[in-house]
This record gives sequence, C-alpha cells and structure tokens, in this order.
Amino acid sequence: MPTVGVKRDLLFQALGRTYTDEEFDELCFEFGLELDEITSEKDIISREQGDQKAEGASDVILYKIDVPANRYDLLCLEGLVRGLQVFKEKMEAPRYRRVSPVNGDPQRLIITEDTAGVRPHAVAAVLRNITFTPERYESFIELQEKLHQNVCRKRTLVAIGTHDLDTVSGPFTYTAKAPNDIRFRPLNQSQEYTATQLMSLYKTDSHLRHYLHIIEDEPLYPVIYDSNGIVLSMPPIINGDHSKISVNTKNVFIECTATDLTKAKIVLDMVVTMFIVCVLLSSLSLSLSLSLSLSLSLSLSLSLSLRESAESIAQLLTRMCLRSEVAGDDGQIQVEIPPTRSDVIHACDIMEDAAMAYGFNNITRTTPRTYTVANQLPLNKLTELLRMDLAAAGFTEALTFALCSQEDIADKLGKNISETRAVHISNPKTAEFQVARTTLLSGLLKTVAANRKMPLPLKLFEISDVVLKDETTDVGARNNRRLCAVYYNKTPGFEVIHGLLDRVMQLLEVRPGRKHGYYIQAAEDSTFFPGRCAEIFSHGESVGRLGVLHPDVISGFELTMPCSALEINIEHFL
Amino acid sequence: RRASQGMADSGLLESVLRLVEKVDGGVDSQDVAGGLSVDHQVVVGAVKSLQALGEVIEATQRSSKHWEVTGEGNEILEQGSHEARVFKAIPEEGLPQSELMKLPSGKVGFSKAMSNKWIRLDKGHEGGPRVFRTVDSIEDAVREKLQQVKKGQSSQLEEKEKNELKKRKLLTEVTVKSYWITKGSNFSTTITKQETELTPEMIASGSWREKKFKPYNFEAMGVAPDSGHLHPLMKVRTQFRQIFLEMGFTEMPTNNFIESSFWNFDSLFQPQQHPARDQHDTFFLSDPALAHEFPPDYLERVKKVHSEGGFGSQGYKYDWKIEEAQKNILRTHTTAVSARMLYKLAQQEKFTPVKYFSIDRVFRNETLDATHLAEFHQIEGVVADYGLTLGDLMGVLHQFFTKLGITKLRFKPAYNPYTEPSMEVFSYHEGLKKWVEVGNSGVFRPEMLLPMGLPEEVSVIAWGLSLERPTMIKYGINNIRELVGHKVNLQMVYDSPVCRLDS
Repeated sequence: MPTVGVKRDLLFQALGRTYTDEEFDELCFEFGLELDEITSEKDIISREQGDQKAEGASDVILYKIDVPANRYDLLCLEGLVRGLQVFKEKMEAPRYRRVSPVNGDPQRLIITEDTAGVRPHAVAAVLRNITFTPERYESFIELQEKLHQNVCRKRTLVAIGTHDLDTVSGPFTYTAKAPNDIRFRPLNQSQEYTATQLMSLYKTDSHLRHYLHIIEDEPLYPVIYDSNGIVLSMPPIINGDHSKISVNTKNVFIECTATDLTKAKIVLDMVVTMFIVCVLLSSLSLSLSLSLSLSLSLSLSLSLSLRESAESIAQLLTRMCLRSEVAGDDGQIQVEIPPTRSDVIHACDIMEDAAMAYGFNNITRTTPRTYTVANQLPLNKLTELLRMDLAAAGFTEALTFALCSQEDIADKLGKNISETRAVHISNPKTAEFQVARTTLLSGLLKTVAANRKMPLPLKLFEISDVVLKDETTDVGARNNRRLCAVYYNKTPGFEVIHGLLDRVMQLLEVRPGRKHGYYIQAAEDSTFFPGRCAEIFSHGESVGRLGVLHPDVISGFELTMPCSALEINIEHFL
Repeated sequence: RRASQGMADSGLLESVLRLVEKVDGGVDSQDVAGGLSVDHQVVVGAVKSLQALGEVIEATQRSSKHWEVTGEGNEILEQGSHEARVFKAIPEEGLPQSELMKLPSGKVGFSKAMSNKWIRLDKGHEGGPRVFRTVDSIEDAVREKLQQVKKGQSSQLEEKEKNELKKRKLLTEVTVKSYWITKGSNFSTTITKQETELTPEMIASGSWREKKFKPYNFEAMGVAPDSGHLHPLMKVRTQFRQIFLEMGFTEMPTNNFIESSFWNFDSLFQPQQHPARDQHDTFFLSDPALAHEFPPDYLERVKKVHSEGGFGSQGYKYDWKIEEAQKNILRTHTTAVSARMLYKLAQQEKFTPVKYFSIDRVFRNETLDATHLAEFHQIEGVVADYGLTLGDLMGVLHQFFTKLGITKLRFKPAYNPYTEPSMEVFSYHEGLKKWVEVGNSGVFRPEMLLPMGLPEEVSVIAWGLSLERPTMIKYGINNIRELVGHKVNLQMVYDSPVCRLDS
C-alpha cells in the first residue's frame, strides 16, 4: 500500500477547515484511507540518523496517509484534496476535456520502429499556462516518483519525463539508438556523456542504479529528441539537462515511455489531471485517453443491500467523482468515469464506490439463507484425532517450519539431497528457506536442541505435511501427511518409540501381523545407528521407519544424548 | 512432602503436657525448659510437634527479654570479682603497688577495691608505694549478684544493679523467642501415634476409626502429572475448525503447499505485473519450476479477461503470458485452493450453494520481524450462493466473530485485486481502547468467477485472517518466534491453558 506524506497545514488549508487528528483519522477510515503516522521531517531524520542530524530540520507536521494500491489519483496532495472535497460535497467533481492550442497545431511525438525491441510505447501531453508554487512544484515532482514506484513498477512498465516546452521545439521523435550514438548533457551534470558512459557513471548513484538493468543489456537504448536534435530524455534512466523544468516553467511537455501501453495512458492521465486544476483556463493536452461510460441497472443496489432509489445512488456515486444520472424509467444509471479513476474497470467497482459513499457501516447486516451441511476433510479429521491421543500417550506437540535448509533434510540426516525428492526454492533470502521439508524429523530435532535445558526425557511429536516431488500432479509436487515422534534421554529408549508405534497402530485398528496387519523389519538407513533401524510395514506396504538415531545425526543437530525416532505416512490409513 | 516433618520423642512431649496440665493460665516454654532442665530449643521442637497433633495445645509465639552472664561474668563466678581477687592477693605486710599491678586483675581490681575501701595505698612507703588491707574480710557482692542471675533469679536484682553489671560487661540482656502454651480443646496428657496415610489394611480392618492422622499441608503444590501437551497454536486451530463446523462450513483440501502462479494469482484476476508476484514477496521454485497442466478452456478465458477484458470488464489490457502463469511457487494464500474449489464447483452440472473453510500454511518471502515469519497459517471462509450481498458478508462476519467473543465490528473500504468491494474488518479492543484490524473480506470479482463458469447471479463472499495473530493476543505473546517454530520454549507449551476463544 503506497504511503503519501502531506503537510498537515497545507492539507487543511486546501480542505478549507481544520480537523483534530482523531477527526481526520475517522474521515480517512470512511474513505478507505489510513492515517498511518503523524510525524515531521525532524522526527524522521532524528529517528533514522539521530537527534544531532535532525537539528534545524523542519518540524512542520506531516501526515503519512496509506492509499489503496489502485488509487493512483490519491498519490499527491492535489488528488487527495479533490477526492475528499468531492466526497464531502464541498466541490463538484471536475470534468476533464482535451483542448487544442489557441494558435497552431497540437504537438506531435513520432515513434520509430527501432523502439519495438526495447520499450515500444510512448504517449505524451502538454500542460499549458501552468503556475507552480514551490509547494506545488515539489508535489509535481513527488507525484512522478510515487507513480514510478507503484503503477510504473519501478520504471519497468512506464517511465515519466517532464520538460519545459519553451526550451525545445516539436515535433518530437521517440527512437532507439546504439548507446555510443547517444550523447547529451544529462540532468544536473555539467558535461556531455555518451549513453555508455552514463551507464557506468550511474552505477554508483544510490537512486538511478536501480533502473539501469531495465535497458543495460539491450543493443539499442530508447531516446527522445526534439526537432533540433536536442535530447529530452533517455528513458527510463535520465532526462536531458537542456529541457529541465523549474518552478518558473509555464508549459510542460510530459512524455511516458512504456512496455505496457495501458499503464502508460493511466500514468499520463494521472500527471495531467492532477495538475490541471491549477490552470483552469488554459490546458492543452495531447492525451486524455479514457472516458468510459457504463450503464448500471438497479440490480447493483440489490447486491449491496442498499435499498436506495436510483436517484440517491446516482448522488452517492457523484460524491466519488463518478458523475452519474438516472437514465430512463427502468432505474438505469448512466455513469461517467473520469480519466482519474483508472481503477474502475467493471460495474462492481462502481458498486463499491456507491457503498463507500453510503458508508459500509450504515449497511444493514443480514444472514444469508444458504443451507449447507459441514464436512471435515478426512485427512484433517484423522490428524486431529491422532494428535489428541498422542498427547494422551505422554508426547508433547511441536510446531516446526515447513521450509528449511538443504543441510537440515540431507547432510545432517546422513542423506544426499538428490535422494530426498525435495522441491527447491529459487529465491531464498537465507539458507533457512532453501527447500520444503521432506521429513518432520529435522524440525523435531531442532526443537529438542533449543530445549536442551528442559528436564529429560523429552518426548515430542508433530503431525504435519512434508512436500515431495511428484510428476503425476499438475504442479509436479504434492504434500504428504506425516506423524513423527522423538524420544530424547540418557538411554536410547527404542522400546518407548516402538511402544508408541504399537499404540498408534492400535488407535488405527491395525493389528500386529504380516499380511493384514503391521510389522517391523530390520532396515539400513544412514540416519539411524547401524542395526538399530527398522522399516514399518502395514498391509504389506512400507509406511515409515523407526530406530535409534546415528550418533553423527545427534551431534549434527548439536545434541548430546541418545535419541530414538519414528516417522510414518498417515495418508496410508485413510 | 505434604505430611509435617519431625516428631520429638513422645516421652518429652508427655512431660511437657503434664507441666501444662498443672498450671492454670498457661506456661512459657522457657519456664518449661527450666522446669525440665532441657535446652529451650528442644522444648520449641516439642511445642511444634504437639501443635501438629491438632487441638492438644495452643501455643502463641512471643518474645521476652532476659539477662545472661557473659564470658567475663562466668570467670568471676569461678574466681571471684577482680576486686576480691586483688584483696586476697594482699598479705598482712602489704604489697608494692608495682607488683600488684602486674596481677591479671590488678588494674580493674585495684580501683574497685579502693573505692570499696577494702585497701589503702601508702605512697610515701620506703621502697615505693605499697598497698595494705584495711579490713579483715570482705563480701564479694558482684559475684553473688552474678550467681543469682545464673540461677534464673535475675528478677530479684534491682534494674540499677543489673545495668551496672551490664556496663561492666558481666551481664548482657538477650531477647528470647518463646511460646505461651495453654491447653487446647482436645487436651490430653497422653500422645497417640499419628498415621501419615490411609492404607488398604486400615480400610480392611476398620482401624482407621481409632487412628489419628497427621494433618496435610495444603500450602504445598501437588505433583505435576506425567503428561503430553498440545501446542497452543494448534489448540486455537482446533477451536477455529470447530467454529466453522458449527456454522456449517466444509473443509477444503489445502494439503498442497506448492501451487502454480496460475491458481495462486491469474485465476484470481491478479495481474502478472502485480507487486505480490515479485521475487521479493513470493517464493518461486527452481525444481519443479513449472506447472504443466491447466484446464485448457478455462486458461483461455483467464488469459482473455486479463488481456482484453470481457464478462463486463475492461480487463487489464496487457500481454498475458502463459510462462508467467506456469511458474511454481509456495502458495501465498489459501485462496488459491478456494479458486480451485470454485472452479470445480462451476463444473458441476447444476450449481449448488456451498460454504467452505480452510486453515493452513501460506508462505511469503517477506522481511521478517517480531510479528512476521516466512510462513504462517491463514484462516479462510467462503460462501457461494445466488444473490449474496455485502450485508450478508457483514452478517456472516458478525456471526463468525461473535463466536470468537468479538461483537463490536466495523468495516473499512480496502483494496484487493480479486475482491470488490473489499473490506478490512476492525474490532474494538477493550484493552488497547482502540479499533484493531482483525481480518480482510470481500466479494469475489466477476472477472474471477465468470471465467470459471459460475452462473452470473451467483455471488461469492469470503474473508480471511491469520491464525497466529489472534493466538498471540490470546496468550499474550509479543514475538511470533516464541509461538511458532523450533525455537519455542517447551515450558510455554507445557503451561499453555485450554483454549476457549469466546471467554
């Protein structure tokens, strides 16, 4: 969820009234926002870098507001204020319209085919006769950054460039060139560089180095020129210094280059519409891409449990910046979706807005009449029953992780990882998450190791899933429900673990016997002490093993006492 | 041990009882010690043993001051006071003062004998100062007073006299703790031997009727039973299962930790560029890296609704790739299983309403902290039926949370890619005096349900929460590592109480 920081007093000034923190928090709650934190620049610096660094920093109060991830129109002060003012019926929802310049033709951006391999889409717009204040300018820059981090997916999907139109002349060309053929003075640098040089220059830049990978290995880099060959930008990395905007810029040329055209249009619409309000008289833009009209019928209101007339629903929607009116006598509502509301893609999105404007908490709670009979999953039912009886048998339940290191399920148990049938994780942040466990034993032994100070004996069990590769399933792996128990004491206690097996079999109504019952038979297993391991058979099928652990396994888990263990597959007994 | 320990020999006990019998108002244990000529501590032991017999005696502790002869005092008792010893050392013809001073009692004895006027000093004597007796015989009062104290008759001395001796470090005043012993309601001068425990023989013979039994010490703790224990998180899981079953919900098969991105994300209308599908949030598999089997027609419909729209939706309008959908992951939510179940439901000849639930593990490749682990348990409830409304979702949530003992609920608009509307569920926490988030909920989007083939009029409402969070609140645990995983302290597991969520 993106967080937007706004200066409290500026916000209140724009909202035309002040709120207590509690009142504002309440307003946020209703509107689906969250007042996450009340802070100041000084607080932030002092928290991150210490009190000394914070000295002299601004103590103007900042509201950090969490905004839903699909509401790009609320990512800046201007958008937030507009949304809240319309919601509180303090202003009418604005209507956006594309206009042509008073004199001359609209600007053009020509896209060459060379861009197809690297970053194939671009859209552009012009904001004319704009007046920035320092605050508004700062907000304009910050909005671009917020968009870059969110909908633009760190510039991979879309990159925004804004330029002072009066320093360049159209038509503009969006093309792609070999890195050594691109040469310009980038933003805030004093000399020209080739694109190749820039890429190595920015390797150490704390901000820009994160974006280099997007084009680094491409044969051609994207670049935008004006009609005089001046470089406006090399997206998605850096703009040219020549066309940079300032607080005094009057006419802004905005370009969005992209790998996803839909997102590029959304982003351009956002940048244009958020700042259009300060230049009511003048705007000229190349793109206001989307103005969607949807018809809703009254069935909508039924699915919300709103017993409201079409008129009042239309009124509710208008408060959410969705201008609506009743169309015809059959309760149809005509809704106009502004370019700021790219989150609306289905009638259900409109329904939600009606419910929000009505107030979720004003909706009557009802009980569905859905009649159903409950069923337990047989495997979970068996698991629950066995857990109770294992605890009754004197064993204590452990709860261990399903993810672990390769070492835990292989080396430390005297096994080779290739014989485990383990699924492997490709992007673990640490060794603890390399594989999904193929046995419950290592988790139990780690639990014993963490509890060596507890009085002996330690008797532990767990009934849970392991994961094994299995080509017969759609994903190539399946879970397997296991029962594992360990006995840790000064003596190995094989008879204790064996007794537990007998008890489990008794609970499962399996009698001792070769053919139709269960029996154990000596087996070789590197996890166990030689001659102290047996395989467990039930109805002629191998279901698990028990035995005294190998001393290397015991030391491998940093244990010092003998230990016996049992692990069986309980799915066999369903 | 529950039964009282130590029993003084019954002979002594009976002697004490006989002494107590003789006096009317009661007797001090010190006087008993004097009377029986035994050490006071032995009497104290006897008093405790008698107390343990029940109401034989009553004894109240008290303290009294009493005078004792010091070490130096004892020496005087044997050899006489210093002044008396000086007097005896002087012969008829007198003794040179210098020699007298060499005697052990010389210095102190000389000045005391002088002030008693027993001796005199002739300073001008030929050959140096010489000491002579002035009386023929003396009475050694100091020694006599000490003898009185020794006999326990210190009360016959005047306070002034005792203080004088105290100043001379011959007497000291000590505080003695003793018992004031009176007859109990069950007083008797004979002791019956007390039994520790009831035995089968006593029951058989009926001898228990005549026996007296040592009282139990009910202050002591019992012996802990030798038992196994269930893990607290699993106890809470059992209760949540119970709640769903009581509400008529059927358990979903969630025993598949490995899921394809298709079922985990695409089928839920979660776009392929969504941040949740990032390497930073989700565990991907290298082996087996890809899923290889999908319902082909359904896959096409999912692709279409993402890339072009349909079913009344604009779609996300991007280039949907099968390669992305094939990627195997550790499921990030159990909703992947809900999607499979709803797809299966849609394949039925005729739709039937369902209520489903699950409680199982999910995995997130997130940054870990005190409340976040890479794996946790998700609780999920799903209801599918014709014409379900947002009011129905709130109603079901209200019923569900009431069973958890939570009755004050409110709902906040939220965003979730596969539900619309989406609501965060908040409950009022009486302890924290604020609203806290307790779960997430919503109505599944048509873009998720219609490609599956569910009838258009069917709505599906769902909610989810984590199992760990309510458990941590319930058991007052702040760090999730103290609850889940191999590092938990087993003592916590041993000590955890039964789980009743609604109380």
